[in-house]
Amino acid sequence: MKLLLSCLIGLFLLNVATLQPARAIDVAPAFEDAAMQARYQRLARQLRCLVCRNETIADSNAQLAVDLRRQLRELMAEGRTDQEIMQYMTDRYGDYVLHKPPLVPRTILLWAAPVLLVLGGAAAAFTVIARKSKLPDTDPNDPGLGA
Amino acid sequence: MLRYLLPAGVFAGLLLAFFFGLGRDQHTLPSPLVGKTAPLFELPRLDDPSQTFSNRELAGQPYVLNVWGTWCIGCRQEHDALLEIARRNEVPIIGLNWNDDRDKALRWLADLGDPYVISAFDGEGRAAIDWGVYGAPETFLVDARGVIIKKHVAPITVAIWERDFAPLLAQAGKAP
Repeated sequence: MKLLLSCLIGLFLLNVATLQPARAIDVAPAFEDAAMQARYQRLARQLRCLVCRNETIADSNAQLAVDLRRQLRELMAEGRTDQEIMQYMTDRYGDYVLHKPPLVPRTILLWAAPVLLVLGGAAAAFTVIARKSKLPDTDPNDPGLGA
Repeated sequence: MLRYLLPAGVFAGLLLAFFFGLGRDQHTLPSPLVGKTAPLFELPRLDDPSQTFSNRELAGQPYVLNVWGTWCIGCRQEHDALLEIARRNEVPIIGLNWNDDRDKALRWLADLGDPYVISAFDGEGRAAIDWGVYGAPETFLVDARGVIIKKHVAPITVAIWERDFAPLLAQAGKAP
């Protein structure tokens, strides 16, 4: 058991040690300039592959993702800004092409849901605890907190 | 009483949410291009690479743009419906042959029949990106002003044509 565990930990550490930054799926780097290449990968990870839905165009080799990566490279080579490129994509494919949904009125519930759920859970927990702590102690075997 | 009604109410709410949420069409994405001017393209003709075709030539009249490819199963499914719609001669159907192989595409039309007035060959998928195409088959209706007034993703059927497209044709034909 111990041996197995240390093997697993060893494998995990080996993985971490050899971990490489996530790469786009292209075989060769798209840009020679390291900063441009980093920007290309960052933008590719922000755009959704609309065929595969839950993948970005950086992760997918669907034909549409390949075409959109080429489009992205060309727009960057033309010197367009990040904002112009994202606008170009949303003009054609709508907000859904953005892998991270924008904060607009239509998505407020989506963004607020985690906070609302935590607040709701806290309110429910508080109500239950407050009510239970007012009940008399009915178990004669329970020495109580003061004991 | 509330301690029974509240969970029952929450449960009923969840049921309703799932009923309407899961039954919804998850495949079709709203296109920002509906209501906008159709993007212009100029591409080689499928049947003759030495000549180009541009949808500029269709200015002033309504047309249907159908995105297809021989690799696309849904395109095979809708092919008979397209032939029937073309036979009715209500509006010209333009084919956008997307990311396809020219020989295969020509054989497909020869074998199955050609519903298109003309097919443009978009071998690199550039026009498709301009049209926000993400999954063939896609069918667009463009009116005489050059505005996209309807888009359908997934195989078209004669029933869908009669319900969603045909009623728009009278309006679509009005010159600007």
